[in-house]
Amino acid sequence: MNSFQRVMTTLSFKEPDRVPLFLMVTMHGAKELGMSLNEYFSSSGNVVEGQLRLIKKYRSDCLYPFFYAALEVEAWGGEVMFFEDGPPNAGTPFIQSYNQIKNLKPPQIKNNPVLQKSIQAIARLKKIVKDEVPILGIVMSPFSLPVMQLGFDRYLELIYNYPDEFEKLMVVNMEFCIDWANSQLEAGATAIGYFDPVSSPTIIDKETYLKTGFKIATQTIKKIKGATAIHLASGRVLPVIKELIETGTTTIGVSCLEDIEQIKKACFGKLTVLGNLNGIEMRRWSATYAEAQVKQLIKQAAPGGGFILSDNHGEIPFQVSDEILLSISEAVHKWGNYPISNF
Amino acid sequence: MKNIDNLVQDLERSLLVMDKHACEELIKTVIHSYSVDEILGDLFVKTLGKIGQGWEDGTYSLSQVYMSGRICEELIDKVLPAAQIHLKSQPKTAICVLSDYHLLGKRIIYSSLRASGFDLLDFGHGLQVDDLVKNTIENEIKILMISTLMLPSALKIKSLKEKLINTDVKIVVGGAPFFFDQNLWKEVGADAVGFNGKDALDIINRYS
Repeated sequence: MNSFQRVMTTLSFKEPDRVPLFLMVTMHGAKELGMSLNEYFSSSGNVVEGQLRLIKKYRSDCLYPFFYAALEVEAWGGEVMFFEDGPPNAGTPFIQSYNQIKNLKPPQIKNNPVLQKSIQAIARLKKIVKDEVPILGIVMSPFSLPVMQLGFDRYLELIYNYPDEFEKLMVVNMEFCIDWANSQLEAGATAIGYFDPVSSPTIIDKETYLKTGFKIATQTIKKIKGATAIHLASGRVLPVIKELIETGTTTIGVSCLEDIEQIKKACFGKLTVLGNLNGIEMRRWSATYAEAQVKQLIKQAAPGGGFILSDNHGEIPFQVSDEILLSISEAVHKWGNYPISNF
Repeated sequence: MKNIDNLVQDLERSLLVMDKHACEELIKTVIHSYSVDEILGDLFVKTLGKIGQGWEDGTYSLSQVYMSGRICEELIDKVLPAAQIHLKSQPKTAICVLSDYHLLGKRIIYSSLRASGFDLLDFGHGLQVDDLVKNTIENEIKILMISTLMLPSALKIKSLKEKLINTDVKIVVGGAPFFFDQNLWKEVGADAVGFNGKDALDIINRYS
């Protein structure tokens, strides 16, 4: 089986030849090319070459030409800070007053050089791998993007205290998100990762989620012209599993904070589970410990299909060594062949 | 008049649904039966502590923790007589975000401590190690509370500790990297780690 077939089989809740591995490495491409992160992310060509080297090195099952979360804010004209040792971050929020919201207009994908870098990376990868390897496009959900647009504290106050302005912001953000997702699919992305940490019960109470993030995800995903995977970026999912299923997504990225066996049981037949190695702790794992973690995860979550092994956040820290990433890959190849042995 | 534990339950219930009016009414009814110090030190501390613990064990959300702290801060300014608020005696304390711009954790702890009657300096965010060393020494800080969201920011604390090694400053850390790797605070040389307002309070009291 090639990677595409492997992933499609597990998404059908059948057992492929091996557990698919989605190693969400973004910045490690810079290491492969011997570049600074700033230089690496300045060109789609670098990201293409980086991703091709990474998938070959780690024998994983997806291409992940995700630049960084703050790319969308950069496209809107916001400030981005680059670091030597970590992902670029959004700087000072560009919405300084709630009054700005009524005049907000989203960036146009076709004319935006920042977004076009991502589009070009996807298109070039598609030309190379065709339909043999899934290519993941990424969007920040309309409900989570405002953390960078406004700042987290001011966004929470908007949600609870300024409902009219909140609704206006969601309309603008939904328009952008749908356009951005569909542009990536048109360029050749196989599916869209819908990053929505604010929807997690870790961040927002369920009552508010039902009135906001859930509705927004359902409406947005309906208009995305391809498969999606909702990722709550280390946030808990179990209290809202039923609602996540109802959004129409096919896959859910899950946290190391929850019992993956319980999640798999709740999801089987409805959502494929993606996760849930602890990326923060991974930095100090030994090769032996990494293998044990992978083995345990496969035992708990792999039987029956409907599972893709990955980290719990959707982006592996730059500080995680190649040695550990190789250990994870080797463990998946050693222990992840179906049928899963009774180990 | 209800006892403090019953009042904690009532206040918790109102804070979790962000009913500012109910919270204000509750404080107005107790203000004649309890001293301001009891309201801050017992009622607010216990209630915010319960909510913070609830977040850690997955019962409550971060938005409820943040908004609860904000509501209590507003109540102090609006309802409690300023003249009767005796700020607690504590070692000079400052809070900041190291390297990045993720402010929510800092805001939560700041609100929680202010609502509990503590005073602390806010050094802001996006600070680099050398800026923070300078601010800490110039302001004669004894307890430095550092919030981080990003792992690279958390790892910089090691360098901060090395530069403050000849001082008696206690470095207290918090934020997602420390939550997901429970050994990280020791690795970077911090003196303590906390995940909510109650932890921050306990740590300040420990060093007082």
